[in-house]
Amino acid sequence: MTTGHAITIEINGLTYRGEVEPRRLLCDFIREDLGLYGTHVGCEHGVCGVCTILWDGEPIRSCLVFAVQANGGRLSTVEGMATSATELHPIQQAFTETHALQCGFCTPGFLMTLQALLSRNSHPSTDEIRDSLSGVLCRCTGYHNILAAAELAASRLSTK
Amino acid sequence: MAMIGTSVRRVEDNRRLRGIARYVADIERPGMLHAAIFRSQHAHARLIRVDVARARAMPGVVAVITFEDIKTVKPIPMRLEPSEDLYRALQRPLANDRLRYVGEPIAVVVADTRYLAEDALEVIDIEIEELEVHVDARSAIKPGAEPIHPGVARNIAHRFVVETGNVEHALADADALLEEEFYIQRHSAVPLETRGLVAEYDEGRKLLTVWGPTKVVHFNHGVLASLLDMPPSGIRMIEVEVGGGFGVRGEFYPEDYLIPFLARMLRRPVRWIEDRNEHLKAANHSREQWHRLRVGYSQDGRIVAFDDHLLNVMGGYIRTHGATLPTMTAAYMPGPYKLDNYRCDAHCVLVNKTPAGTYRGPGRFGASFVRERALDIIARRLRMDPAEIRLRNFIPSELMPYTTGTSAFDTPTVYDSGDYAKQLKQALEKFEYDKHKHWCSEQRRAGRAVGIGIGCFVEKTGGGPWEYARVEIDLSGEIIVYSGAADVGQGIETVLSQIVADTLPTDIESIRVVHGDTAVVPFGVGSFGSRSTVVAGNAALRAAQDVKDQLLALAATALQADIGDLGFENNHIVVRGRIGSAISYAELAALTEPSSARALGVKPGISAEAIFHVDRMVFPYGVHLALVEVDQKTGFIKIPKYLIAFDVGRAVNPMLVKGQIVGGFAQGLGGALLEEFAYDSSGQLLSGSFMDYLLPSCAEVPEVEVLLTEDAPSPLNPLGVKGAGEGGTVAVGATLANAVCDAFDGLVNIRQLPLTPELVLGAAHEARKARAELR
Amino acid sequence: MKPPSFEYHAPSTLREALRLLRELGPDAKPLAGGQSLVPMMNFRIAHPRHLIDLNQIAALSYIRVEDGGLCIGAMVRHREIEHSQIIRQHWPLLSEVMKHVAHVQIRSRGTIGGSLSHADPAAELPAAVGALDGELVLQSESATRILRAGDFFLSALTTAAQSDELLVEIRIPKLPAGTSAAFDELSRRRGDFAIVGVAAVVKCDHAGKFVFARVTLTGVDETFLRARRAEDCLLGQEATPALIAQASRIAAADLNPPSDLHASSSYRREVAEAVAERVLSRAVAQQGIAL
Repeated sequence: MTTGHAITIEINGLTYRGEVEPRRLLCDFIREDLGLYGTHVGCEHGVCGVCTILWDGEPIRSCLVFAVQANGGRLSTVEGMATSATELHPIQQAFTETHALQCGFCTPGFLMTLQALLSRNSHPSTDEIRDSLSGVLCRCTGYHNILAAAELAASRLSTK
Repeated sequence: MAMIGTSVRRVEDNRRLRGIARYVADIERPGMLHAAIFRSQHAHARLIRVDVARARAMPGVVAVITFEDIKTVKPIPMRLEPSEDLYRALQRPLANDRLRYVGEPIAVVVADTRYLAEDALEVIDIEIEELEVHVDARSAIKPGAEPIHPGVARNIAHRFVVETGNVEHALADADALLEEEFYIQRHSAVPLETRGLVAEYDEGRKLLTVWGPTKVVHFNHGVLASLLDMPPSGIRMIEVEVGGGFGVRGEFYPEDYLIPFLARMLRRPVRWIEDRNEHLKAANHSREQWHRLRVGYSQDGRIVAFDDHLLNVMGGYIRTHGATLPTMTAAYMPGPYKLDNYRCDAHCVLVNKTPAGTYRGPGRFGASFVRERALDIIARRLRMDPAEIRLRNFIPSELMPYTTGTSAFDTPTVYDSGDYAKQLKQALEKFEYDKHKHWCSEQRRAGRAVGIGIGCFVEKTGGGPWEYARVEIDLSGEIIVYSGAADVGQGIETVLSQIVADTLPTDIESIRVVHGDTAVVPFGVGSFGSRSTVVAGNAALRAAQDVKDQLLALAATALQADIGDLGFENNHIVVRGRIGSAISYAELAALTEPSSARALGVKPGISAEAIFHVDRMVFPYGVHLALVEVDQKTGFIKIPKYLIAFDVGRAVNPMLVKGQIVGGFAQGLGGALLEEFAYDSSGQLLSGSFMDYLLPSCAEVPEVEVLLTEDAPSPLNPLGVKGAGEGGTVAVGATLANAVCDAFDGLVNIRQLPLTPELVLGAAHEARKARAELR
Repeated sequence: MKPPSFEYHAPSTLREALRLLRELGPDAKPLAGGQSLVPMMNFRIAHPRHLIDLNQIAALSYIRVEDGGLCIGAMVRHREIEHSQIIRQHWPLLSEVMKHVAHVQIRSRGTIGGSLSHADPAAELPAAVGALDGELVLQSESATRILRAGDFFLSALTTAAQSDELLVEIRIPKLPAGTSAAFDELSRRRGDFAIVGVAAVVKCDHAGKFVFARVTLTGVDETFLRARRAEDCLLGQEATPALIAQASRIAAADLNPPSDLHASSSYRREVAEAVAERVLSRAVAQQGIAL
């Protein structure tokens, strides 16, 4: 049996502590140990993208990182996006306006990916958006509205 | 503002965007244990011994069960099209003495964590004796083939024939005959969320609660009660947030018995979340069919006879859908065409693969492929425009309602309304068909492989037998809608809110929609077959109208006015022409508090129930048009132009309808180009991960134009609505295949899906050879 | 799909990592980006008893130019290579190839060392490193070895690295001035492994004749292949569509590609020719030569 490793991780600006066995996946730690269930698990082999979160602002697959590796890291998850209990982040707002979600299971993966893209590139081309979003799968929407939401969010964020 | 017909934003979005919507994997119960399922790695074998002793001794393992622990349980019953002879091949929740597909559950481990449960799976031992494996339906039905179920000769679990007119005579009399074979590959829904359940048994109150059911919650509730031998009132099923259904999620599977059984046995909550590897081999497969077609036609392009010999490839067992898949194909193969002599000789064939069930447009994706390809082949032979041959064979709108002569779910197929010719013409015009046809022709002469494909179809939606709704205004004035529908992500909460708010004006965000909870919603059929807007929507409408009448009567008394002078504003009833005379829903509700109600002589509370019965389905219809270019050196396809025309009768929320069309299109595209459950000859699933089962990403889904019309509302329900869930999917395979063939001037004949680059490159070679021979 | 148990080690120096590798033997696997290893562990195809996490070894993460040649530390993320100005300017093949490597979310964790060590036969990076005449620096506690790309990749998922060795650096020599590079691949979807991929680095003289040609392929064998006969066919000859077609034919002719779910051997062979032709044409066009 392997012993637990004590870890400290900052998520959405808050510090969390835990003790994990080495094999515990980061997605499971975030969800079940910390109660942040907004990050979803869809494949556990790095393809579907619904587990995408940000580590130091970069989008990563949380199903492919062990929680113990994220010790000392600064992560962002979907729960940290909305600006308040009543106001959504502009990216989230764009999603609801363009009907860019149906079942919502993939949505956090897209939101995180877009947040990363738009924070380093405020005027992404359609190709750049498509390239970035091709790493998250959706089975409900057919993507049109997600791309529309991305363009809408980009234009709004860049005029702020 | 009229609520119906407006593209309002969805009420479901906020929680899903914030990441606070609770899916079944997000449910935690105190003391909860985790289950993992030991599944067969053999496609067909005698199961001689299962040894779980080592597994039981693993750290953190609380229990391991095998068939021995559930041996008296009955097989999982069928929900739809339960033909008598299919009972021979039903599935029990754990394998007994035979393994019939890779993925079949053999044992369940329950442990403190999923990690520990999976460790225990690795030390379960079994002893088997391999049997002959059938992966190809055509060899499974050969005389002498090893039967997968005792007594099911030639592995044909069920056979039926649908016939209208006299096909043999008509074939014999026809000017010409097309004989062709087609194959549609095995693929399925593959939602992004895998299946899952949490079950908890309160021993003191003898109440078993199950989170995670969806789609047909009330039906499953009854099944579970029966299988567990418990009174239905002792079980509560609660639907939580669902990550897509598309037909495969929500049917009663082995796990739907096993997990509640374990919770009751262990007196501790048990959670099971399917992983992706399991999902690809355990959740229903679909679509796989072999067709042998004979079509008789006249020299002027009329289809005079249509004969289909169908092998519908099932799996190692028959599941809840019974004979639904071939029934759908047989009933809806005629599509929008007048086929007076039609026959479908349909077979449910067992093979050693994952059992099959419905998936978006079940039986109709394949039917469209076969039928629309046949029309194009015939058009080519007659040098007719593919649009022309369709116009020539459409059922004229004057003949609506039109009885096709087929039937499904014990009801004859009667198209309620539709103007197929008008729609095709509209679609062709929007697509600029003539211009692009001309352009493609020129480009082909210059050596490019560009072509246009058409796919026409009629969809079936709004199936019965009924749906339940209750609309209530509580003491705070809030409107609550209880519905027997289920939310699989499609936006039913928003649609029901719109329908109710249209009658009872209020801010739709304040309406609470309750569904999928058997303790709170007494009756329900569920959400499948694009029925919810039609049936649940009309039930909600009726209940809302009843509530409206109650409000008006109360307001008339309270405001001392005639009902005829009353009007609605958001959350209020006002007296027209009398300023300041108004009463809120909350105040009206307060009047019906029991003591006050007694004094007023009215019933307590403001609420109404309604059950909307349907005897007939309603039939939206559509056209897909595609312009494709084939890279003749690699076989890769580009789709620069794609149009979907769809008549939905009436769109409650056009934005949501379009979302269904485009989403459905993406799945159809996956089925047409990318997705396949491939098996090797020993019955091993080769596409057992997302590296090999290829779902389209946004880079693979082209732009699609949607032409949504409301030309043919249904006369069969007050809202005039038809369902929109499947029209984006069913014709994609047909349309793209037709377009690729057109890109090669009809010199190739595509007869199977998916259109892999290799298949298409082969077609390019064939075309080149044919051109050389023509010279 | 939860991974099996393992002991976790997170050294902060290379020396410590190498010591652990030697001590723990074949029971230990290095953990770089994890984008290939962790899926295998989640599928329980890989069961390393020990993982040596390299992510805290800052000394393995650098992009340097030394004597005109490029030195990349093994733990450099794909994303960093993708955005590196130095690399884009002088070794643009690497930048271009990165666009085909999986997706943005994988590239933020995946490393060049991890990818090369994983040695997937359809991966893009081995073909790129091969086309650039790259060298791989292997280090153990006791010794350092430098292998040429062609000698490093032995077969599918197998490299020449011993169990006590770590790939620590990738060296790309200075290219002759004025070369152009191109890469393309066929894959079922964007970001998937290549069915066939071709990398080319070329240079033509003022008369339009090839003076430098490197062509490699991926997805067509157990490891990347160097198409030497095709290169020989090009050198000294004038760049024309016919020559490029001939070289592409030669590149494909000797291939004996694998068959799998996504493509048969004969399909791979056929499209290898088409992709090689396109890649060579594009590289030549970048030379300013109108074909």
